Amino acid sequence: MSAIFVAIGGFFGSILRYYLSHLFHKQLIGTWIANITGSVLLGLLVKLHVGHVLPEVAWYIFGVGFCGAYTTFSTFGNETMQLLLDKHYIKAFSYVFISLFVSLLLVYAIFNISFPTRHELP
Amino acid sequence: MRVNIYFAVGLGGIIGSLARYMVSLLIHSELPYATFSVNIIGCFLLSFIMHHRKIKRTFSTTVLTAVQTGVIGSFTTFSTFTTETIELVNQHIFLALSYILLSIFCGLFGNYLGYQCASKQVDV
Repeated sequence: MSAIFVAIGGFFGSILRYYLSHLFHKQLIGTWIANITGSVLLGLLVKLHVGHVLPEVAWYIFGVGFCGAYTTFSTFGNETMQLLLDKHYIKAFSYVFISLFVSLLLVYAIFNISFPTRHELP
Repeated sequence: MRVNIYFAVGLGGIIGSLARYMVSLLIHSELPYATFSVNIIGCFLLSFIMHHRKIKRTFSTTVLTAVQTGVIGSFTTFSTFTTETIELVNQHIFLALSYILLSIFCGLFGNYLGYQCASKQVDV
């Protein structure tokens, strides 16, 4: 049953990523935005999932299906290789570094910042 | 026929996501072997299909986009890679660093291997 939910999320995730790549004329920024925003969304979903706040159905649709399909590693790698083959070494390194640094920093922040619950507020 | 290509990408996304989900069910581990595997395999396949002249000539743009952006794009994932990396940071920083470096280097190597294999195909 979970496979159906994964499929639904995957359908919309891949379409949204394709729409973004079109919007930015297949420039790196399209993949970058998808990978960063997808990582942030998955970070939030994982936090809710671990805290047992997120229903299983929502985890399969949005976490495994949507975020998994919306973000991509193969295009990220392929774009980097193309930059390296064209001898744009600094651009290739910056692309990898900025993608990793921004996404990891944001997900780290999401995992480690605990929001005060209502009874903790003054 | 714009709508058609979006729908084709969506269908490809279903196939790619389900394949990724199946790999994650098959490979049970504390360490992120499943994500690592799909990402490296996807990197190879994407480069191979993108640079194979005969494949490019044989199939329509819609089919190629559905396979490249839809199937392979959804099969590999960046968001799971980042969240798993941060989960590894909490276990041991060395594990997280290894995961990042191995994913990037093996991924790029997969891309390059796919590109080389496709380029070496005899143009019939």
